[in-house]
Amino acid sequence: MFRQLAIIIGCLAVGEFITWLTGISVPSSIIGMLLLTFLLKVKVIKLEWVETISNFLVKNMGFFFVPPGVALMLYFDIIGKEIVSIVLATTLSTMLVLVVTGWTHIMTRKIIKRIKGKKL
Amino acid sequence: MDIHEYLNNDYFLLTLTFGVYFLAKLVRKMLQLPVFNPILVSIAFMICFLTIADIDYETYKLSGSKIDFWLKPAVVSLGVPLYKQLHSIKHEMVPIFMSQLVGCLVGIVSVVALAQYFGASRIVVLSLAAKSVTTPIAMEVTQSIGGIPSLTATIVVFVGIFGAITGFRILKYGHIGMPSSQGISLGTASHAVGTSAAMEHGMEHGAYASLGLTLNGIFTAILTPYILQMMGII
Repeated sequence: MFRQLAIIIGCLAVGEFITWLTGISVPSSIIGMLLLTFLLKVKVIKLEWVETISNFLVKNMGFFFVPPGVALMLYFDIIGKEIVSIVLATTLSTMLVLVVTGWTHIMTRKIIKRIKGKKL
Repeated sequence: MDIHEYLNNDYFLLTLTFGVYFLAKLVRKMLQLPVFNPILVSIAFMICFLTIADIDYETYKLSGSKIDFWLKPAVVSLGVPLYKQLHSIKHEMVPIFMSQLVGCLVGIVSVVALAQYFGASRIVVLSLAAKSVTTPIAMEVTQSIGGIPSLTATIVVFVGIFGAITGFRILKYGHIGMPSSQGISLGTASHAVGTSAAMEHGMEHGAYASLGLTLNGIFTAILTPYILQMMGII
């Protein structure tokens, strides 16, 4: 368990270092995640070295954002004023993403099949 | 002795947060209701409790920061499921990446444009941009572009529940029937909550949904600042 935690926190520390060094606006945690995937892929880190703690953290991810969500109580006035635009924009956009993502997936598959078919 | 002094105690507030979330998860399991989201219920309960007990947010934040410290390590941990799915990405590289790129672009541009059209203020527009991706990533993106992360957190949960409830119906109207396409759409549009809805339809749905959840998270984290710059918002 000690090694597991050290690896996860270590990847995060490297991510923080890279964002500090370069000033890019990619979250440090995303860089840490890509680093972890890379280290697993090149077999510097074995899966069983991180599996238990990462399963726990991923499964309970929702819990960790209860406290930041509570900060909502500070913004009731903004939300109250703009509730209509917030709800309309998010629902319409979510519907669009659902359909467009699915269509793109289907279309690209078809196009690739056709290209491969011509080659054969 | 004033009980109010004890109500400010770190360990009491932490126990209460743990307890409410645990109970909410238990109730959802019993009721099988997607609307009864444990995250949303816990946030609502804690806000009510703090208001009634007259504890200000800054006090709770000191206790709560011990919990949300783990958000970033949790995002790093997503590297493990991503690693496990690398083989399916290799297998179907182009369709997956194309649909993710388009889904990510449409998600950000449409919500920002619609919110501006409906007259939302700048700070709300910034908080909406990353609404499709999983909360810790969305909150970090909002933080980095100058929105309100906790507003994003609530919107993200709302988007997830909306996608989980209406997703399959919308996909049917759009004539999207393949399990892999349905799964990837749900994960892309409505992150972890959509993924859990996809899981219930089968393993292929679920695998593609978690792929969509992870990849759109990465794409959104990397692209949002640049897209907003191009749209002239930041």
